[in-house]
Amino acid sequence: MIIKQLSIFLEDKTGSLARVTGILAQHGINMSAFCVADATDYGILRMVVARPELASDILRNHNYSVHINDVVCLKLKDVSGSLNKALKVLSDNDICIDYMYAYASTDGVAISVMHSNDNNRMIEVLQNNKMELMPASEML
Amino acid sequence: MKYWRQDIECIDREELVKLQSRRLSEMVKRIYHNVPFYKNLFDQKGINPNDIKDISQLNELPFTTKKDLRDNYPFGLFAVPQSEVVRLHASSGTTGKPTVVGCTKNDLEMWSEVVARSLTMAGITNRDIMQVAYGYGLFTGGLGIHYGVEKVGASVIPISTGNTKKQLQLMMDFGSTAIACTPSYLAYLAESIEENGVKDKIKLKRAVCGAEPWSEELRRHIQEILGIKAFNIYGLSEVIGPGVAMECECQNGSHIHEDHFVPEIINPETGDVLPYGEVGELVFTTLTKEAMPLLRYRTRDLCTLNIEKCECGRTLVRMGTILGRSDDMLIIRGVNVFPSQVESVLMDIYETTPNYVLTVDRKNNLDTLEIKVEIADKFWTTEIREIENLKKRIAQSVQSTLGISAVIKLAEPHTLSRSEGKAVRVIDNRKK
Repeated sequence: MIIKQLSIFLEDKTGSLARVTGILAQHGINMSAFCVADATDYGILRMVVARPELASDILRNHNYSVHINDVVCLKLKDVSGSLNKALKVLSDNDICIDYMYAYASTDGVAISVMHSNDNNRMIEVLQNNKMELMPASEML
Repeated sequence: MKYWRQDIECIDREELVKLQSRRLSEMVKRIYHNVPFYKNLFDQKGINPNDIKDISQLNELPFTTKKDLRDNYPFGLFAVPQSEVVRLHASSGTTGKPTVVGCTKNDLEMWSEVVARSLTMAGITNRDIMQVAYGYGLFTGGLGIHYGVEKVGASVIPISTGNTKKQLQLMMDFGSTAIACTPSYLAYLAESIEENGVKDKIKLKRAVCGAEPWSEELRRHIQEILGIKAFNIYGLSEVIGPGVAMECECQNGSHIHEDHFVPEIINPETGDVLPYGEVGELVFTTLTKEAMPLLRYRTRDLCTLNIEKCECGRTLVRMGTILGRSDDMLIIRGVNVFPSQVESVLMDIYETTPNYVLTVDRKNNLDTLEIKVEIADKFWTTEIREIENLKKRIAQSVQSTLGISAVIKLAEPHTLSRSEGKAVRVIDNRKK
């Protein structure tokens, strides 16, 4: 249930995000979810894509600094209170979330990309509480 | 073969002084009678060239500066008629008129000789294939090394600068065992070799690097990546070009060919000669050069001299690493800063590459220093706070090494300019 996330170091300048998305578009790679964490003069683009190793190779060939790490994708009903329920389960089990980002699709499902201090335990806790996780095979 | 000219390179220092004194006495008369600039200078100071008989009198004689070369552009300092000049070189002249350097046949012979000695010091023999990746042309680097390689009897590949793909191609196809180029270009080549995964296809063993100052850390970095030994060669076109001084296998200072070039270290402010071991401006007197002999030429390079006999057996004085040029030295908030110091800090930080640009500015009457450095290809984190920690770590290291604070900015990999010639790493906006 581990999903591979790509992190890319980007300088804070006009067009730098567009360059990355341009390269991905050129190679037909779809970003399932992404977010930009920004500091004063740079940012980190984090994203979940269907073929992370391929995307990483392509970006490295374009001289980007790319890091791959593990995240967990939680499937939630796109209704009020569903995220809260999941978060409560995690906090009750003393799991601290480092960062997360989410997207909602049109079919009433919201996906939340999460990274915690202990991803494996997070998976275990969520599954024990009947929460649905997204397997890597479902990434498109 | 360990030495090219053992009789000179391991000469007894008393014998050397005699040789130098004889040559100086002759040289002083030569410039007095053939170069109006020196005649005027001597006459103004009331110096009679016939009185100069010993090398210890050198400090009584006037200096020659870069400005004197420019003022006498193009051939005003030549001591021979044009008919005896067989080669002309010129500096790039980025800061004014170019400076011209002429050579007679004997000068070229002497130059090849000192380069041959130098290459031998670095262990290069007639069994080597040497790629000369210095610029061929007006710049003395390419042709200067070239004739020395031929004199040693090694096979020379006159590839000149740039075209990294071709450099690597020939390095693999011809099996180059040695290369001569600037250290920053060698670092760039090393990176390309790593990136292309062709390290096992090259036979490189030795590199002769010069034309810009480099740090011990950069040397280590290059040596480790390529598994070679990299040696410093020193020279400047005004004096002759590459081959004025060279490191031996001990890699502990560069031996100056003192039978041709007499070094002094002076206080750049007062012009006083400093004792061995002290940092100051390097000054050269060319004893044997015919076309354009120079008396006490101020190089503006800052270093030390070491008179102790070297473990390699050579008695020739050694100059230390160039700590900077007296005009490259940045004075930031009253502190002397050399770009090479920043380089040595960055070499120890594995999350970055040694590619950097220093920007100095003045805001509200206070000097500011910004160091922009490239992040390494292999990104190691996904957390902003870890990048902030890295910036803090670099800033602290800069603070403790340079004694001033700096703003650290990170750049994406391969975005700062790579040099195929001399690196431009300092932008000083205060001069505007």
